[in-house]
Amino acid sequence: MTLGTQDRTPSAGAGRGLLPFAFASKTAQLVASVVMTFLGLTAVTFVIGRVIPIDPVIAVVGDRASQATYERVRLELGLDRPLYEQFWIYLGKVLEGDFGTSVLTSRPVLHDIVHFFPATLELATVATILGVLLGIPMGVWAAVNQGRATDHVIRVVGLVGYSVPVFWLGMVGLLVFYAKLDMLPGPGRLDLYYEGLVEPVTGLILVDSVLAGEWEVFDNALSHLVLPATILGYFSLAYIARMTRSFMLEQLSQEYITTARVKGLSERRVIWRHAFGNTMVPLITVVALSYAYLLEGSVLTETVFAWPGLGRYITQSLFNADMNAVIGGTIVVGSCFIGLNLLSDLLYKFVDPRAK
Amino acid sequence: MSLFTRSATIVNPQGLRAWLLSDAPGSAFQARCGRWYLMWLALKRNPLACIGLFIVVGLLLMAIFAPWLTTTNGIEQVLLDRLLPPSAAHWFGTDELGRDIYDRIVWGARITLYIVGLVGVIVVPVGLVVGTVAGYLGGAIDAVLMRITDIFLAFPRLILALAFVSALGPGIENAVLAIALTTWSPYARIARAETITIRDSEYIMAARLQGASRLRILYGHVVPLCLSSVIIRLTLDMAGIILTAAGLGFLGLGAQPPLPEWGAMISTGRQFLLDQWWVATVPGLAIFAVSLGFNLLGDGLRDVLDPKSRDS
Repeated sequence: MTLGTQDRTPSAGAGRGLLPFAFASKTAQLVASVVMTFLGLTAVTFVIGRVIPIDPVIAVVGDRASQATYERVRLELGLDRPLYEQFWIYLGKVLEGDFGTSVLTSRPVLHDIVHFFPATLELATVATILGVLLGIPMGVWAAVNQGRATDHVIRVVGLVGYSVPVFWLGMVGLLVFYAKLDMLPGPGRLDLYYEGLVEPVTGLILVDSVLAGEWEVFDNALSHLVLPATILGYFSLAYIARMTRSFMLEQLSQEYITTARVKGLSERRVIWRHAFGNTMVPLITVVALSYAYLLEGSVLTETVFAWPGLGRYITQSLFNADMNAVIGGTIVVGSCFIGLNLLSDLLYKFVDPRAK
Repeated sequence: MSLFTRSATIVNPQGLRAWLLSDAPGSAFQARCGRWYLMWLALKRNPLACIGLFIVVGLLLMAIFAPWLTTTNGIEQVLLDRLLPPSAAHWFGTDELGRDIYDRIVWGARITLYIVGLVGVIVVPVGLVVGTVAGYLGGAIDAVLMRITDIFLAFPRLILALAFVSALGPGIENAVLAIALTTWSPYARIARAETITIRDSEYIMAARLQGASRLRILYGHVVPLCLSSVIIRLTLDMAGIILTAAGLGFLGLGAQPPLPEWGAMISTGRQFLLDQWWVATVPGLAIFAVSLGFNLLGDGLRDVLDPKSRDS
């Protein structure tokens, strides 16, 4: 997983219009660009679906079907029509959530995705919470001590987070904490013993077990979550700490900070109330972006931890040449990604008074 | 002409350093060398960047001198020596087919550089062309090109690369193509931004007045000025490219066995993780070290070449 750096943080001057309709048109522009991006995503997946050297008809009827059946299915799938018409049909199906049937599980792909998504969501959410709780104070601390040893240490911790292969870190974590020290449970979301004890309501085991009052299950789920969430959280921490530091440095060099200090305010108040208060808005967008990256980054982590989420579903379908599932999963993760991007842009525009 | 003669008198014979630091370089070559030297001086003051440079140069040397640094070709199997722990004979132990892991790491440096280099060779020209054309011509062309760029910018990289490779079939070249497809867009953005700032500057006007064609202005005058920021970005991206390639290799979608690709090595080592830890951990350390090297170097380069973002 890679965390893209600054190129997508919105610039401070974006969307400066006093009239309300100017603001509305900015929002409309944003929504239009999101729609374009979504169309692009479906177009790319459509092309991928066409590039694969598997005959989609044979995938349905099998290679022993008669010529007549073959032709009938070919017509049913709309493969005789021009490409743009095929794309139109494909788009309609995608919007309805019809991704076809998974060859592997022989259920509708959407059904599978709904089944597997909560595990990914749980993992990414806990990881983001960890990243925010640790990353923001680290970034602030580094900025306050700019150029000193603390700053360098935090910078290196961040760069290490950018440089370590997530799947490898997961394996080493399992080796050390599970195999050698026996402090944490192994792969999976729950021990076998606890599997199926809690009726899935939200699909998030932590939430479900609390709702059911099954504290033992909660404990077990939590202990399973610790390692993958910490490892994913580390990546989000690296990104958040780095961005927090740079936002804080920008604020701390402003004159109102000097004024506040001259007035005799305590250093803590100057840093947290004055400077940090002003970094909140860009930070929200950073957190939203890092959340999007984690949803994607969970592909490799889930593979290592046998975590039954969307990422593992995609990779497993991939190995079984189950293209419907791969493309469906790609569109869903891609849409979440695009949606979170939009959300971070909108938040920025709505929350920051200067952007209005 | 006057500038030329003056510089000839100022360049005093105090050796290479003076020649490099001359205020009035006598030739484009001297100016270029001088700039590189200044960059090196600035980089030298940054210890972290030096470590990064050291690692990257080390990787290059490892790849170049692989035949002299190893005793085997990293592919031949010695089934009698399966899964030996690290020792004097096998520094990092051997894998499940008796191949020396140290040798495989050294040969793997070539594959890593091959992937990274190929991605760079595809991504930089594509980004430069799209960005400079969009920025210089403006108008509708700009709008269309940037819309496309934005679409690619908003894609989830790894997932899309996964889907691409699964469609095209596993292999190094396809992995490179997939990574390139999801990496080029920020370069177009950067090149466009740079182009817009220099588009209306006087020397471009001068070139235009002299009758230079658009193509000539773009490639003779605009592109060279975009290069430095594009190269910084590429250095910073290298780690990401290496990690994505390793991730694809780990999933079995990148380089295929028996090639000693580091990600794929981790993947096979996973089966022996509990008892023969070295099979999987050593290649991971190699990936980590190399991407850290690129990150440190890129960070340092950005500080040197782009003083605006020195604080970030």
